Amino acid sequence: MKSFIGKRAIASGVSLVVLVVIVFFLSRLTGDPTNLYLPIDATQEMRDQFRQMHGFNDPLIVQFGRYVMDLVQGKFGNSLRQARPAMDVVLEAFTWTLWLAVITMVLVTIAAIVIGSLAAFRVGGVFDRIATFFSLIGAAAPDFWVAIVAIVIFAVNLHVLPTSGTGSVWHWVLPVGVLFIRPFGLILQVVRGSMISVLSSAYVKTARAKGVQSRSIIFVHGLRNAMLPVITVIGDQAAAILNGAVVVETVFGFPGIGKLMIDSILLRDFAVVLAVIMVSALAIFIMNLLIDLAYALLDPRIRY
Amino acid sequence: MHEHHTTEHLLEVRDLSVEFHTLAGTVKAVQDVSWYLDRGETLAILGESGSGKSVSASAIMNLIDMPPGKITSGTILFNGRDMLKMTAEERRAINGAKIAMIFQDPLAHLNPVYPVGWQIAEMMTAHGKPGADAAARALELLKRVGIPEPEAAMKKYPFQFSGGQRQRLMIAMAIACKPDILIADEPTTALDVTVQAQVLALLEELQRETGMGLLLITHDLGVVAEIADRVVVMNSGHIVETGNAAEVYRNPQHPYTKKLIDAAPGKGDIPAERERQGEPLLKAVGLKKTYGAFHALKGVNFSIMPGETVAVVGESGSGKSTLARAIVRLDDPQEGQVFYRGNDLLAMSPREIFGLRRDLQMVFQDPTQSLNPRMSVFRLISEAWVIHPDILPKAKWKERVADLLVKVGLKPDMAERYPHQFSGGQRQRIAIARALAMEPKLIVCDEAVSALDVSIQTQVIALLDGLRREFGLSYLFIAHDLPVVRDFADRVIVMKAGEIVEEGTVRQIFDAPRHPYTQALLAASLDPDPEVQAARRSARIRNEGLVPA
Repeated sequence: MKSFIGKRAIASGVSLVVLVVIVFFLSRLTGDPTNLYLPIDATQEMRDQFRQMHGFNDPLIVQFGRYVMDLVQGKFGNSLRQARPAMDVVLEAFTWTLWLAVITMVLVTIAAIVIGSLAAFRVGGVFDRIATFFSLIGAAAPDFWVAIVAIVIFAVNLHVLPTSGTGSVWHWVLPVGVLFIRPFGLILQVVRGSMISVLSSAYVKTARAKGVQSRSIIFVHGLRNAMLPVITVIGDQAAAILNGAVVVETVFGFPGIGKLMIDSILLRDFAVVLAVIMVSALAIFIMNLLIDLAYALLDPRIRY
Repeated sequence: MHEHHTTEHLLEVRDLSVEFHTLAGTVKAVQDVSWYLDRGETLAILGESGSGKSVSASAIMNLIDMPPGKITSGTILFNGRDMLKMTAEERRAINGAKIAMIFQDPLAHLNPVYPVGWQIAEMMTAHGKPGADAAARALELLKRVGIPEPEAAMKKYPFQFSGGQRQRLMIAMAIACKPDILIADEPTTALDVTVQAQVLALLEELQRETGMGLLLITHDLGVVAEIADRVVVMNSGHIVETGNAAEVYRNPQHPYTKKLIDAAPGKGDIPAERERQGEPLLKAVGLKKTYGAFHALKGVNFSIMPGETVAVVGESGSGKSTLARAIVRLDDPQEGQVFYRGNDLLAMSPREIFGLRRDLQMVFQDPTQSLNPRMSVFRLISEAWVIHPDILPKAKWKERVADLLVKVGLKPDMAERYPHQFSGGQRQRIAIARALAMEPKLIVCDEAVSALDVSIQTQVIALLDGLRREFGLSYLFIAHDLPVVRDFADRVIVMKAGEIVEEGTVRQIFDAPRHPYTQALLAASLDPDPEVQAARRSARIRNEGLVPA
């Protein structure tokens, strides 16, 4: 187990280094941030001074060397825009996104598993048809459209929910609700499909021959076996939110990592972009590790 | 209100008809099937695949999915009450507690993610026994069915047991609530012969202890001979014959029963031996293969002459399939040589091997998996000539495919069909036609007839035998089924734990086995004749020093 995690960490570390190098140079290709930060009537002197201060005058390779030296000492540089450590900015935003992801995925997982399992028990029944209909619509719904329509209905017309920002429980309802729809549709479909095949398996036949109650057959015999492919999709969907639910965060003005990422790229806030990437990468790494652990927990045949 | 029939039988099926509605139309799985089972007796339902032999058991256990299934007529009386008129909850309460069932392939039928102790206990908790009592009884049951280290076994998972142990676990589970009836659906089909004998013996012992009725569903006349009191013979959904097992064997009334008994392999005289002369076609020297710490082959030597059939017999894990794969270089051994006409196959370059591939062909156990489902029969067979264009010019492909299909007993117009449109036996013929397309000198058959029904098996064996005579083919015939080997092979190699323990002609091996392991294999092998089997069994019991009850 330890060596498995170790190997994983090394492999992920290598990819992360490559990624950081690529992003560092690519982001510099977008141009000099100076003009974005200084007023349009700034003098050449001021511009030179800004470049000098942030080291944009040095050759790229020197800038990179400096960045790496800082990294080694645990410094991720400062945000140009907020003039404070980039990592602080990122972690703040990440905390918001983490909560968003956790709340959404917990709700999605519970709803999708219960409804998907029940749908699979009577394939083609009324419940199955209704569940499948809505899950397909959910899986196909474009979130930017759903987000805007939700604002129009609940905030603008009904005045029951705030349009954007944070501050109260009510601020979470729309972002979570909109983010919920697509993973719910997808995961419900995977649960249903996986359950259908599990429920037609030989060991379920044995359980029926044993006289086990239907509820136990679905949720004890079926579900644990059906969960393996489901967990993979749950992981993917959670990762998608963690990596920045860019559209939803932007539409709802939610101060998460997706919005931060877009803003930093547009403003060429290089240190923040790189810090976002590193934090996201670490989050994905931990996420994947958790998925692998969940596999081993669910299926005794899987050992690392 | 429920109807009350007065009946002297424990379980009685009357005029049962079951249909399945599929896209291809309505399939009448069984029609007007009637049989009964009494306390303490063993009834066997004998039939080939598709005969409907399992359908009445599924109906009893409420395992038929409706739709697509539909019970169109009949009654199933258990202690005089019609089960088909009971509520779902009443049926559930009977399942497991009063009538329990075990299946073929226990690995698939045990839940892979729960410990076996829990699964056995669940049989009892599902019927109201408190958890702690159920766990204690589960431990007792593990001891009773002979699982080693029962305490530790409680917490283990199905994949951590051997095939025979898994079937014992299934049996432990089935008898947990002391049922009145145990239904065993092909309980020993996937097991090695010696293990099969042990499992059947266990079932018999348990039946004696508890007096339960045993319903055995099987395709194997040997199993019927070993254990059944009465037998019901089924063919395409109908009961064709029923009666005392020994009498039905001695004096079958229905043509189908006669055909089935005639088709049973391993009877009659062993064919005359042919002399071995000249250079061997293939000679293996000192083959060794390990998988991690497991020694699959520990230095194996043997040879095959042109036109000879060499059978390799042994139980699972003996290394016989590894040997087959090593010969055709699907899986190279770590040490040793395989000389084909004097040249070492294992030392050859990929280019040299490519030229020889066509001489060495393989037919696998499961044609459903070994034939690409998306290729038509024509493409499956003609692919050989795409890879080896020197065999046949493209203009002649069609004609040759038709020839080959006729040769293996199929029709030329089947060339445009796909594998799923054929039965298991037909598919295996396609696999053989594909091997023949290469015009090979040696065909390695890895359990090539094991999955087939007896009558189909006989046909395929006859086909292989005819091809041997016509083309002078040699076969390396990997099998666990001794009677088939007796009918088909010239020489027999007996393998155990990666080694050849005995080698000789069919006559030597079957009439005068020297090695104790060969003797044990032969003793455990089941004869279709109930009288022969009874004699063999008492001999076996004497050898084991047990007093027959």
